[in-house]
Amino acid sequence: MSLPPPVEMRIASDPAKLSEVRAAVRTTAVGVGFGEGDVEQIALAVDEALANVIKHGYGGAIDQPIDIRIEPVADRGHTGLRLTIRDFGKTVDPAAIRGRDLDDVRPGGLGVHLIQSIMDEVRYETTEGGGTRLNMLKLNQR
Amino acid sequence: MKQTLKQVRTQGSATIAVPSGEIDLQRSPALYHELVRICKTRPEKLIIDLRDVSYMDSSGVSTLVEVFRCTRSYGGRLVLLSPTARVRSMFEIAKLDQFFTILDSEQEALEQ
Repeated sequence: MSLPPPVEMRIASDPAKLSEVRAAVRTTAVGVGFGEGDVEQIALAVDEALANVIKHGYGGAIDQPIDIRIEPVADRGHTGLRLTIRDFGKTVDPAAIRGRDLDDVRPGGLGVHLIQSIMDEVRYETTEGGGTRLNMLKLNQR
Repeated sequence: MKQTLKQVRTQGSATIAVPSGEIDLQRSPALYHELVRICKTRPEKLIIDLRDVSYMDSSGVSTLVEVFRCTRSYGGRLVLLSPTARVRSMFEIAKLDQFFTILDSEQEALEQ
């Protein structure tokens, strides 16, 4: 099976752009062979990551850049998707990024919990010049 | 802010709100305001019919948690009706499927 080419996008940090990114993620995930449930979950994880950038990295500003790379991969005998989200906003301490305590039903941190539940690998890196790069990997277990 | 509820109706002591489309960071603020406005009328039971919601992220779920708190504050009840498989899966990953009352029959939602 030949993998689809990687997709690179730069969007403004505007919530109105989220549906466009979800559509691109779904299309590539389908091309890699993910089932419908996984496709939706991957789109959700990317959506949550972008929402966190918009809310926390850029403090709600809607005109700041976010770079997104959606890369089909073959790894450990599986196909999959590697997703990279790079922002240039307030640097977030990776150690401070964690999911919420699920015994406490509060909204905060739910997005991070969802990302960690869905993805096989999640890695935050601070980058030179400010901002954060989030690397996520999802393997197709089918 | 665009409207997210395509219908609101009352049936007995229940108010049924029907949002539609994708509920994400762009649209959840509008949904929040519309549902809280209904909540402030203090319906005995607020039923949110989710059958036409094709996608929901954590901002949508947070909105539902806030509406749950609002209804509970005056002794009302919140029931989520007929979420699609996509939205139900989201509740399951968030481990909120046990937190909310989720039913698939409007009759049952009205009677319970």
